[in-house]
Amino acid sequence: MARLGSKAPVARNRESLWKDEFSVFEEHERFVNRRQLTKFLTLTSAGMFVGNLWILVKSWLRRGETFPHMTIARAAEIQVGGVKLFRYPNPKEQCLLVRIGENDYAAYSQKCTHLSCAVYYSREDNQLICPCHNGRFSIRDGAVIQGPPTRALPRVVLAREGDRIIATAMSEKLES
Amino acid sequence: MRRGTTALDGAVALIILLLIVQVWLLSATLDAYLAGHTDAALPGAICSGLIFVATAGLYWFAHHIDHWC
Repeated sequence: MARLGSKAPVARNRESLWKDEFSVFEEHERFVNRRQLTKFLTLTSAGMFVGNLWILVKSWLRRGETFPHMTIARAAEIQVGGVKLFRYPNPKEQCLLVRIGENDYAAYSQKCTHLSCAVYYSREDNQLICPCHNGRFSIRDGAVIQGPPTRALPRVVLAREGDRIIATAMSEKLES
Repeated sequence: MRRGTTALDGAVALIILLLIVQVWLLSATLDAYLAGHTDAALPGAICSGLIFVATAGLYWFAHHIDHWC
């Protein structure tokens, strides 16, 4: 108890020392605090500006991006309503190819645009479904049908050469 | 003294207002970028830069307010 009691005067001394070192009049204290706030807010604004610049640099880099041409399947390899998984444009990116008609194929990134869960194709609903939060995407263009995702699934641009189905690029824009 | 405090209040309020616009701008530009629309990046960066300049101007005003009030 005696030790606790002895600490109180030290705390008071510290406070007075602080007052001595920063000779700010009490009525000016609000003034100083607001100035500190403006400094903090200006730094926040600078941070957001840097964020916008980062997006700009990434956009410029993306414009020059090229994609490899890669054979992902043979036409007869998948039945109508069937799915084939493949990796494109690099080994880390999982995509899925769906045969939606006799001569109709669609391929999308398997990564949900909400929280990156893997989407799967539901033949009954003819939709791509994310099992995490029940997000649903159109098989025709990858557009969001329902659920929390706000952006369409990135689409793999396909080409056909004979019986080969070739991935030529990735597109994040919806086809108009 | 009171005039200075009022001017400082005004500057803080304006900065907060500008920051709200800048947050919206950043999120809208990021959303457009992630959706594959890269055209919005340049106007977004220019507007964000202008807002930052305005905020820095208000900060400068707040720190030199004693000269006027």
